[in-house]
Amino acid sequence: MVNTKKAKAQLFHIVKREPLAWYYALLIRAAAIVLALIVSAVVITLLTEKNPIEVYASMINGAFGSSLRIWSLLQNIAILLCVSLAVTPAFKMRFWNCGAEGQVLVGGLATVSVMMFLGDKLPTPVLFLVMLIASVLAGVIWAVLPAVTKALWNTNETLFTLMMNYVAIQLVAFFLKTFVKNGSGVLSPMPQYGLPLLFGKAYLLNIVIVAILTVLVYIYLKYTKQGYEISVVGQSENTAKYIGINVKKVIVRTLVVSGALCGIAGLLIVGATNHTISTDTVGGRGFTAIMVSWLAKFNPIFMVFTTFLIVFLEKGSQQISTDFRIPNAISDIVTGIILFFVIGCEFFLQYKIVFAKSGKENA
Amino acid sequence: MSNKAAIELKNITKTFGSVVANKDVSLTVNRGEILSILGENGSGKTTLMNMISGIYFPDSGQIYIDGEPVLIRSPKDAFDYKIGMIHQHFKLVDVFSATENIILGLKSKEKFSIKEAAKKVAEISNKYGFEIDPAKKIYEMSVSEKQTVEIIKVLYRGADILILDEPTAVLTPQETQKLFSVLRRMRDDGKAIIIITHKLHEVLSLSDRVAVLRKGEYIGTVETAATNESELTEMMVGKKISLNIERSEPKNVADRLVVNGLDCINRDGVKVLDDVSFTARSGEILGIAGIAGSGQRELLEAIAGLQKVDSGEIYYNNPKTKATDNLRDKTPMQIRELGVRLSFVPEDRLGMGLVGDMDIVDNMMLRSYRKGKSMFLERKAPKDLAMRIIEDLEVVTPNENTPVRRLSGGNVQKVLVGREIAASPTVLMAAYPVRGLDINSSYTIYNLLNNQKEKGVAVIFVGEDLDVLIELCDRILVIGGGRVTGIVDGRTASKEEIGLLMTKSAKGEGDE
Repeated sequence: MVNTKKAKAQLFHIVKREPLAWYYALLIRAAAIVLALIVSAVVITLLTEKNPIEVYASMINGAFGSSLRIWSLLQNIAILLCVSLAVTPAFKMRFWNCGAEGQVLVGGLATVSVMMFLGDKLPTPVLFLVMLIASVLAGVIWAVLPAVTKALWNTNETLFTLMMNYVAIQLVAFFLKTFVKNGSGVLSPMPQYGLPLLFGKAYLLNIVIVAILTVLVYIYLKYTKQGYEISVVGQSENTAKYIGINVKKVIVRTLVVSGALCGIAGLLIVGATNHTISTDTVGGRGFTAIMVSWLAKFNPIFMVFTTFLIVFLEKGSQQISTDFRIPNAISDIVTGIILFFVIGCEFFLQYKIVFAKSGKENA
Repeated sequence: MSNKAAIELKNITKTFGSVVANKDVSLTVNRGEILSILGENGSGKTTLMNMISGIYFPDSGQIYIDGEPVLIRSPKDAFDYKIGMIHQHFKLVDVFSATENIILGLKSKEKFSIKEAAKKVAEISNKYGFEIDPAKKIYEMSVSEKQTVEIIKVLYRGADILILDEPTAVLTPQETQKLFSVLRRMRDDGKAIIIITHKLHEVLSLSDRVAVLRKGEYIGTVETAATNESELTEMMVGKKISLNIERSEPKNVADRLVVNGLDCINRDGVKVLDDVSFTARSGEILGIAGIAGSGQRELLEAIAGLQKVDSGEIYYNNPKTKATDNLRDKTPMQIRELGVRLSFVPEDRLGMGLVGDMDIVDNMMLRSYRKGKSMFLERKAPKDLAMRIIEDLEVVTPNENTPVRRLSGGNVQKVLVGREIAASPTVLMAAYPVRGLDINSSYTIYNLLNNQKEKGVAVIFVGEDLDVLIELCDRILVIGGGRVTGIVDGRTASKEEIGLLMTKSAKGEGDE
């Protein structure tokens, strides 16, 4: 008959695998990191002719090299983790909140405004309270607007939250243009109104607050009725309706939580760290946070590790740029390779590749 | 041409992860023969056929066509070998006519003429006795007409090995008979026909030989003339089981749910329920029969408070307070607050009744998590319930913390029905509760429904297998095109009678 084509059978095919034991999954992840380091080493050697071992040593040095660097690493972890915690309830509900950037920024703007206009008028404890309320409120407003329109008219939350980012940035630009009297557009820091130091350590307050928030968000998502409702709505809106959950209410309520946490992140960045604001204050953390949250599968405890990984790579690559005077692009390539492997290995945790047996007759 | 192997499978094995879908399956189909592939859901029938039609590729084993070893790597290869498959879900373009759908995707070097094509379609129809209007658009067609288009489509492409995947699942008894006579004519014309089914009486009335699969393994092939229902069941299930449903006489019958003149218009402006009135009584199973998509889902969802009602009333007679409440326009929450104990096993188990990624305990909690004033969840009671259901209903699961998505269809359904019954309902609605279940699980579910009936629950059972409806239900409401076309007594009704009622409204449309 038509059997003229003696084509080859498929070489391999992809099959879903049974859930893996945790140690096996850990092994695959470790293997991915080792592989990533090897590939990056080859790339570094080829592109810069530097010794990759030295490059890695410099990365570690950049992250842990001095107590100042360790503090800075922890501080960066705390801030990124805080934003990641903020987006997690929304993402767990399958509400694509891409507006953390703007929500954090308005939180910071509210903080800086309170510091600027009320700093010398209010007693210190009241000032801090007003800063907290203002930043949370600002974050909530920015997050709740897209949630309400989504609940009422099923608008696209991704577009809406993204656009709110631009509004926030323009607001900050307007604020700086209007209130920075010398016209430089740079607001000089106001550390006198900043949040207090804990035990005299610059970043300790942030770290402690975020540690507490991590535990709280973990408990909220896992052990409370509201957290349970978030999971149900995220998994299946039909099931939620079927058991009588008011889906609209849950959407709005969850985004209040998400926005409030973003506001707190803004407070920590502006009120406890920078003591000033610029349009670049959040620095893309609102988007990086999404990756952190997904990588950790929305588990706040795992997020500590994913945040560490990302901040470590960032700090390390900055260090290799200065140490070896290689362009930033090279260190970005290294970061990219490592993330590629770490994220890519998730595929192998769920699927396996089966190679066709050789020597198949007629193949 | 007869008695010559058209297609032969030798030692075909296919695995998905650790699941063995087909293990060492060998069978032959001759020209001029109808072979039934019989097996329960999950026994690997469809996987096997998908390997013949080029959708999957076997892990090992060999397929022969007319004695020649072949490799079928894509549906196009299958088409080149003149193999045509008619899937359960039709793949037709709604806004095209029958002819346009039939010729869609055909490559031809000559100048193409739709008139010629229509002529050829008409020829095929005449030859085998199809009733089809080649110019009719798909969206105007009934399910059975769409299926006819699918069959002509493969014949038009010259197929002489036809595979039909559960073709009767969507047909009325009358349409089934029509399909069977067409298939017989094709067989007499020398075509090899494979039909996948799990309905025993169809196997016996249609096929020449029956191949039985069980859990992916090939059990054997028997001549239809030399076998009977109980032998086939035994081959299919692996042990002798009785296929009787005990139907007790209704006791303490009282009107529980009175539906009056219910109208529903869906988002597209189509009237999905049209003046539906009926009464569900306590201590009775009310069956609902109808072609799929005749308004069954909307009816149950309207009662459960999930579907907007345009007019009509739903009265619930509360046995405790003796009050009568109107459930219309109430949310599921409000219905529960009225003290109405309404349980609902929806058609879409994992998309509506349960949350697939949550474990059994958390799924138990869906109904009860609101209890208590605390803002924290209480997992103790749901866990006890989960353990009890796993034990009582023999749910096969590693433990109670396994996500329900990982369970087999029958076990998913046991979890869902178990939870709904645990709420000690006064009204229990179940939509296609045995769809996709093996025979043993199906009978477990029938028994559960019967127990509820004996406890005085008003049971509403939407089913698709008329034989089961007639055996299980006290009364059967037949719905056609969103309208009640009749309510018959389950003890006296015949399948043909119900079949006629199912299509009644479709035919009556012209009189309006």
